[in-house]
Amino acid sequence: MQRQPLLLIFFTSYSFFHLKKDFMQKILSKPEALKDATLSYCPGCGHGIIHRLVAECIDELDLREKTIAVAPVGCAVFAYDYFNFDVTEAPHGRPPAVATGIKRTNPDKFVFTYQGDGDISAIGMAETIHAANRGENISIIFVNNANYGMTGGQMAPTTLIGQVTETTPFGRDPKRDGYPIHLCELLATLEGTTYLERVSIYNPQNIIKAKKAIKKAFQCQLDGKGFSLVEVISNCPVDWGMTPLDSIKWTEETFIKTFPLGLVKDKSEA
Amino acid sequence: MKKLVKGNIALCEGAIAAGIHAYFGYPITPQNEIPAYMSKKMVELKRVFVQGESEIASANMVLGAAATGKRAMTSSSSPGISLKQEAISYMAGMQIPALIVNVQRGGPGLGNISGSQSDYFQAVKGGGHGDYRLIVLAPNCAQEMYEFAYDSFDLAEKYRIPVMILSDGVVGQMMEPVEFNKPEITEFADKNWALTGCKGREPRSLQSLLMKDGVLEKHNINLQEKYKIISENEVKYETFMTDDAEIIIAAYGISSRIAKSAVKIARKEGIKAGLFRPKTLWPFPSEAINSLSKNGVKFLTAELSHGQMIEDVKLAVNGKAPVEFLGRAGGGVFSEQEMVEKIKAMSEDKRAGR
Repeated sequence: MQRQPLLLIFFTSYSFFHLKKDFMQKILSKPEALKDATLSYCPGCGHGIIHRLVAECIDELDLREKTIAVAPVGCAVFAYDYFNFDVTEAPHGRPPAVATGIKRTNPDKFVFTYQGDGDISAIGMAETIHAANRGENISIIFVNNANYGMTGGQMAPTTLIGQVTETTPFGRDPKRDGYPIHLCELLATLEGTTYLERVSIYNPQNIIKAKKAIKKAFQCQLDGKGFSLVEVISNCPVDWGMTPLDSIKWTEETFIKTFPLGLVKDKSEA
Repeated sequence: MKKLVKGNIALCEGAIAAGIHAYFGYPITPQNEIPAYMSKKMVELKRVFVQGESEIASANMVLGAAATGKRAMTSSSSPGISLKQEAISYMAGMQIPALIVNVQRGGPGLGNISGSQSDYFQAVKGGGHGDYRLIVLAPNCAQEMYEFAYDSFDLAEKYRIPVMILSDGVVGQMMEPVEFNKPEITEFADKNWALTGCKGREPRSLQSLLMKDGVLEKHNINLQEKYKIISENEVKYETFMTDDAEIIIAAYGISSRIAKSAVKIARKEGIKAGLFRPKTLWPFPSEAINSLSKNGVKFLTAELSHGQMIEDVKLAVNGKAPVEFLGRAGGGVFSEQEMVEKIKAMSEDKRAGR
């Protein structure tokens, strides 16, 4: 944890896209599932939006009082300070195992993990694959920002070829560093997985799609249909060394070329 | 009515009688009877059994289940226990009660599958990172495997602390008659810290990351205060013929069984020998050992390692009596005759004024 927390600049613009209420009504408020806390994320970081989407889905599905969430090690480790429901910490990469323990002993509770790319697909790959393969009836929100944010921007399994990070100063070289891992596609090969979708939050249209996917993943668990995961392609302007605006542009023009958005697997209707 | 079972099975029955909701495990010899037995019994009882993908995952499943206030346990043997240390350190920091069983085998590394006692330091001094303690129970027979497993959950919950049962391959594999005499626990007290969903209350979180200025230091002080209370209240030990003993063997687990026989033989040969057996390795019965450390008394620490518990015995004796050592490791087990020879040599030294 090398960096001091910074205030988040919140993207609120997307909220205007789903205004259906009367003019005199309150049009923007914090979801009940979010505490009135100052987020420690960097300016322009996507976590704030994703937290809000998760919280809105929790509220809309009336899950707040039956939720037990698992925070990762990484930028979102402080999730328990922001989410207004029960949250436990987990060792780095182990949230899917921790969630397995919670859900198996509390099948009536709603259980989700919130994890970054290093947590879920590097140190925690075994826990991820095996929770998925067992078809655990849990939901995972996987935030992919192509680097280790919390520790200052080192190479992650999802770092793009050629991408410069703190530990790939000459760019990620597949000969030395391997290739970006496509977690959704990897998990899609497992029979245990039910719903896998990759979304992003770089513009309002995609934010709306992301929310839809998160809600669907949660519904999948509520219906007892098994393992669901939503990969959210997000931006990390400070560690990418970009302005928030440039980071959004890079996400749209470069990042999602390596990680194409869309549904990867859905057998929830089957 | 007694039933003839292996120590490992007795342990399962103790945990089941204590009402465990979940068992999470991973295969490793010499504790394989535990996951095998649990995979049948827990499913029959409509409780949770999961074979994890690793010891790491199994321990973290315990963390998750126990974070919700459920009674959860895992078991393994030495190399697997090393892998569980991450979750154990987190559970100690997050103050999550749970049971971890180590049926020790030879080490270091992959070692072998024979019984051993070379994980004493790891269990008692804090095998993972950070300044923490576990309550460590050391059964020496199948009956105690049953009883200690049964008692461990009340103990863990009373203090919000992980409990380790430090057994060994011999006690785990040995068949002995066991009286399954504990009442089945079916009701559990509400836990005001457990994550159960925030219906009707403020949200809760369990964490060991405490970044705000001074908060972690305060947390550590609180933990130490808790450990002090445990040390004052939960020490358990057995003494055998120590009242007039001139040579007191300090031994736990399987070594204490051999030591007891050796004491009996030595007594027949006119040597005033006795046995001091810690049942709790942490908290360690230091005061009891210290009060036995009188003029004319010699201690012999006997353990299946090259000298681990002896450090705590010496600290307890605090220079008031000599402390000698008999140990074998790597799967070797001393015979009672070996021990008697050592006692005799110590006794002769004593007469010669050495």
